[in-house]
Amino acid sequence: MTLKTLPSKLLLTDRFNLKNMFLSIWRKRWLYFLMAPTLIYFLIFKYGPLWNAQIAFKDFKPLLGVIGSPWVGFKHFETFINSFYFADLIRNTIIFSLAKLVLGLPLAVVCAIALHETWLLRFRTFVQTMIYLPHFLSWVIMFGVLLVILSPGNGLLNEIIKRFGGDPIPFLTSPDSFRWVVILSDIWKETGWSTILYLAALLSISPDLYEAAAVDGATPLQRIWHISIPGILPVIVLVTLLRLGHILEAGFNQIFVLYSVPVYSVGDILDTWVYRQGVLNFQFSLATAVGFFKGVIGLVLILVANRVAKSLAQQSIY
Amino acid sequence: MLHTKTRDAVIFQVGLAIFLTLVLLIILIPFWRVIVTAFIPLDIYTHEGVPFFLSPTKWSFEAFKQLLGHSMFPRAAWNSVVITLLGTAISLFLTVPLAYGLSTRNLPGRKLIMTLVLFTYLFSPGLIPVYLLITGMKLTNNYLAIILPPAVSVYNTLVMMSFFEGLPEELKDAARIDGANELQVLWHIILPLSKPILLTIGLFYAVYFWNEFFTPILYLNETNLMPLPVLLRNILISASFNEYVEYNAFSSSSLESLKAAGVLITMIPMLLIYPWIQRYFTKGTLVGGVKE
Repeated sequence: MTLKTLPSKLLLTDRFNLKNMFLSIWRKRWLYFLMAPTLIYFLIFKYGPLWNAQIAFKDFKPLLGVIGSPWVGFKHFETFINSFYFADLIRNTIIFSLAKLVLGLPLAVVCAIALHETWLLRFRTFVQTMIYLPHFLSWVIMFGVLLVILSPGNGLLNEIIKRFGGDPIPFLTSPDSFRWVVILSDIWKETGWSTILYLAALLSISPDLYEAAAVDGATPLQRIWHISIPGILPVIVLVTLLRLGHILEAGFNQIFVLYSVPVYSVGDILDTWVYRQGVLNFQFSLATAVGFFKGVIGLVLILVANRVAKSLAQQSIY
Repeated sequence: MLHTKTRDAVIFQVGLAIFLTLVLLIILIPFWRVIVTAFIPLDIYTHEGVPFFLSPTKWSFEAFKQLLGHSMFPRAAWNSVVITLLGTAISLFLTVPLAYGLSTRNLPGRKLIMTLVLFTYLFSPGLIPVYLLITGMKLTNNYLAIILPPAVSVYNTLVMMSFFEGLPEELKDAARIDGANELQVLWHIILPLSKPILLTIGLFYAVYFWNEFFTPILYLNETNLMPLPVLLRNILISASFNEYVEYNAFSSSSLESLKAAGVLITMIPMLLIYPWIQRYFTKGTLVGGVKE
């Protein structure tokens, strides 16, 4: 292409820009047709709830509908923040999230390193298969398993306590132990599965490094400390940031199944409270305000986490 | 990895083996306890409680007979199968076109659609607005109430999109030059090459729907419609127990055995497809986790 023809060509495209756009859309008409059901689905089932969320700023009356109900500004948010349960709900939510992260993550890293280091390859595959399993079971099944271990009647743990002369403990209904039940049962269920990312990171570390260490006569612990841990540190940081971004997600399904009235004070989280107030007590606007509050904080946290991850590791979460 | 069998290394290996065995036992002992509790005969249970080991000759299938003998349990199992199959089919039907569209780089409006989709992933106003939408649409006592709100997972869409992006562009172009439209390209070129990702994402959805118990509790009032996990939960918390199983003073198995047997019956389908789940989930999770 010569210099002389180039500008005239550009001019031509400029003039027919709109036409070109329609043309390129027309060429893809089948693709839009294909995507149409999903886009309509998003409009109804993902943006419909966003539309309904306006009742957080209204006094919703089912008879008046979402649009007809009167605006009240931030009334419900104020009610929530000034209420006596506000501190309890936030505290429980954060305790569960943080404890699961702080206790669960190191354990998952240790398990991943142990699996990576062992020479018994068949045994390793077997252990992997077994520790992934609980991840795929629902919390209802986990509840059944926990009853068999923790029930005061003949739960395994209480049988052991009785054998040593102690009194059986109603773990699931006692406010002293309920939090531990939630935290440890989540770790029991999910730790195996979370080893998978660390194991993948360990396997991607260059074998040359390990060979060099072997030549230098490094002990196993030195090898882990100086090669394995630094090698998976970016993944650990990334997972931690992601989990901190989701700190208000304390595990609704788990707590919904496990909790009961005696442990509400130590077990109730934002999501379970929203369910009870909204669905069971018909406080639709107040419950929506709390859900909205949680959503906004979650959005901010995840954007901050993503920004930090980007600057730390030149990697983004999404 | 290079294995040098120094004394240190061997001691370390023994330590590792002990550690991994402990981890294994912590995972397995609770399941073992469930199995023993489910199969224990009533007379042993009433006299000795639940032993750690059970004599191989003294197993009892009474709890299973009692549960499966009542019409409700098989019914709930069937309901679970319907929800899982229908849910997975609808989910894939909605997810595949979106993922394919978003993987087409020169699609006008792609950025806008991507932003709208991602926003719903990052911000959620919680349960109540969805609840009002579903009840407003009169979907209570309808499986669509359980299936539709979570039908498209943005995460799954992104994983599938990155798979489609990895397919060679020349394949699609060749078909387009031959006069195929996008529908034909997707159906004849893309989908046959995408079996692994379809299986992976299909399993993600299937496991989700099989395990789902909260939305059925929320939206289904009729006992006939309940899926297995809801029935199991009611048995475990001993709520409205007699609707599902004959249990009285003359029962031939204990309440604990019935609960444990219920847990096992609900677990079995998952165990049967577990080999596939493990293989494809592992792949899918790594694609989603590492690629970004």
